[in-house]
Amino acid sequence: MPWTNIQADDSRSPVRFGSGEQPARELSYREAIREALSQALEMDERVFLIGEGIDDPGGVFGTTVGLVEKFGEKRVMDCPVAENGMTGVAIGAAITGMRPVFIHMRADFLPMCMDQIINHAAKWSYMTGGKVKVPLTVRAVIGRGWGSAAQHSQSLQALFAHIPGLKVVMPASPYDAKGLLLGSIAGDGPTVVIEHRWLYDQKEGVPEGPYVIHAGKGTVRCVGTDVTIAATSYMVYEALRAASELKREGISAEVIDLRSVQPMDEGLIIESVKKTGRLIAADTGWKVCGGSAEVAALVAEKAYGCLKAPVKRVCLPAAPTPASAVLERAYYPGFEDIVRAAKEITLMLHKDEGRHAEKRHTIGGI
Amino acid sequence: MRKSGLPADTLKQLYAMMLTIRRFEERIASLYPEQEMKCPVHLCTGQEAISAGVCIHLKKEDYIFSTHRSHGHCIAKGIDLKSLAAELYGKFAGCSRGRGGSMHLADPDHGIPGTSAIVGGCIPLAVGAGLSSAMKGDGRVSAAFFGDGAVDEGAFHESLNFASLKKLPVIFVCENNYYATNSPQCARQPDVSIAERARGYGIPGKRVDGNDVLPVYAAAKDAVRRARSGGGPTLLEFETYRWKAHVGPDSDIESGCRPADVHERWLKKCPLEVFERYLFDRSIVTKDEMDLISARIEREIEEAFEFGKKSTYPDASELTEYVY
Ligand SMILES: Cc1ncc(C[n+]2csc(CCOP(=O)(O)OP(=O)(O)O)c2C)c(N)n1
Ligand SMILES: [Mg+2]
Repeated sequence: MPWTNIQADDSRSPVRFGSGEQPARELSYREAIREALSQALEMDERVFLIGEGIDDPGGVFGTTVGLVEKFGEKRVMDCPVAENGMTGVAIGAAITGMRPVFIHMRADFLPMCMDQIINHAAKWSYMTGGKVKVPLTVRAVIGRGWGSAAQHSQSLQALFAHIPGLKVVMPASPYDAKGLLLGSIAGDGPTVVIEHRWLYDQKEGVPEGPYVIHAGKGTVRCVGTDVTIAATSYMVYEALRAASELKREGISAEVIDLRSVQPMDEGLIIESVKKTGRLIAADTGWKVCGGSAEVAALVAEKAYGCLKAPVKRVCLPAAPTPASAVLERAYYPGFEDIVRAAKEITLMLHKDEGRHAEKRHTIGGI
Repeated sequence: MRKSGLPADTLKQLYAMMLTIRRFEERIASLYPEQEMKCPVHLCTGQEAISAGVCIHLKKEDYIFSTHRSHGHCIAKGIDLKSLAAELYGKFAGCSRGRGGSMHLADPDHGIPGTSAIVGGCIPLAVGAGLSSAMKGDGRVSAAFFGDGAVDEGAFHESLNFASLKKLPVIFVCENNYYATNSPQCARQPDVSIAERARGYGIPGKRVDGNDVLPVYAAAKDAVRRARSGGGPTLLEFETYRWKAHVGPDSDIESGCRPADVHERWLKKCPLEVFERYLFDRSIVTKDEMDLISARIEREIEEAFEFGKKSTYPDASELTEYVY
């Protein structure tokens, strides 16, 4: 098994981007993904890539460019426009010894595969009493901007995170993109890897050799004491920008990159909220029953006593994505929204802190 | 029935297989009212010739994929009867450790990676297994069993299209019992035979009497040979009829789900009786031999159900085992 020798980096808080301790070689997010795929194909002959147009010159935003030349069309396979059926084909291959990576240009095409992902991939291990595993990786990309509109921009992680049996990861950085993707391919269960189109040009130091990051480990991107901002995918960057704005105003924000929505790094979030007493969940998706709802519920359940202010959520408004640039601008939340939310709950908190302390004192005095 | 030209051993094997399936399901039906088998059961009584006639051509390592109505396929493919019975009773010793029930049987050691109760759900999985075999060059064949209802689904089209495109070692086995639950085929599909659809995918399609095990055997033999030799997939449509209700051990005729006269006609075409007569008429088996076969099967089935009943339930503390 080529995967057992690979170093796992599940360290929680390396604060990799922006920090001084990066490997010398920088890669973009797209290059990191391409490198992960290339190394997986090289190391393990059971790995193959399949997806519509993955061998074309564009190569899925550059993430598969050159791979068909290197590994041939049997392992980098174009396929019919038949998402559900082809997901079933990939699952069938996975349960009979292969490690397919099914690649979708847009997460919006995943609803076509709901039956195979939810009823089959997610259930197979359980329904067979753990006898048959589904080592399937599904890559899908969230689009944004230039009038992508309602069917080419959706952030559907919550739909999959809801389903036991699936793992859902959302790498925000090149380092994580490589590690999480390799971790998913190396794993024995189905994982949905959700990328974001606006991240492909992000650069960061990335080790040359293969390494894996397991789903379920978040990381602290910025240490702070007043408010925790738990963010996913592209929203991590908005959160970091918000944190630096807030710093100027004397508010110290801690930014957590969830990296994985299912499983979620509960310990990391709780620890942080225990310290800051305030939570903002910033997600690329919608609010209702979304990833941010899960973070909020987690804190309500397990860190209730630590909260000094209401939880805030920065998510998409409850509408499909519009096309017009003016509407698009209004649609997507950004760092300003996070800053506003942070100020609301920190200022309120400054006012409330005394009352809270008093209350606690009273209870303690009973 | 014409002369088959098959060795007596093969004929007896087919017979024993059909009888095992029939008796096993009859036992389910007789025990079901005890309400200890706490899962829906979709019996294939009346359709046994297809399981037997197809699976006899498959090696242990070949794959089958199946549906909610999969007892017959899994038995013919070699599933351990005890583990099957235990699964119906929701026991830990069940083939799916009590997580699957009747609709989700699996025995990877006998080429049964699992069955899906989503109509059409398993067809692409069989194609994926075929892709896997083609990539590895392991020479295995993968059989997708499904009903006429699955032909209504998009997955059927997607699967045949891709299997043909890549010439995968797959056989598509449609058991056309003319009903999907209580909806007749004519209410769901235009009047084009299922076998004929094959033409649109550039693969052979054949419609065969599914209640006569010899033509089933012959058609499956060709399809498996073709798949194994790199010739690509074949679509087989076997005409048949289920005796029991869509789900459960009772009849659905009295409640008006299906017409009584058609039911009567099909009962006269019992695949076991037809074949028994064939074997007797040609003196391929004697009455004594038949009794021996039958007694052995009865014993195995008795032991299987006894095992299933007696073995222990999964521990509730392990509820979330095997999710990932
Ligand atoms: C996707 C899906 N739709 C509906 C059902 C409900 N259902 C269960 S069995 C069945 C009929 C299937 O008919 P067919 O494929 O002909 O198989 P048969 O039961 O006749 O063996 C239906 C509609 C289901 N299980 N899955
Ligand atoms: Mg039917």
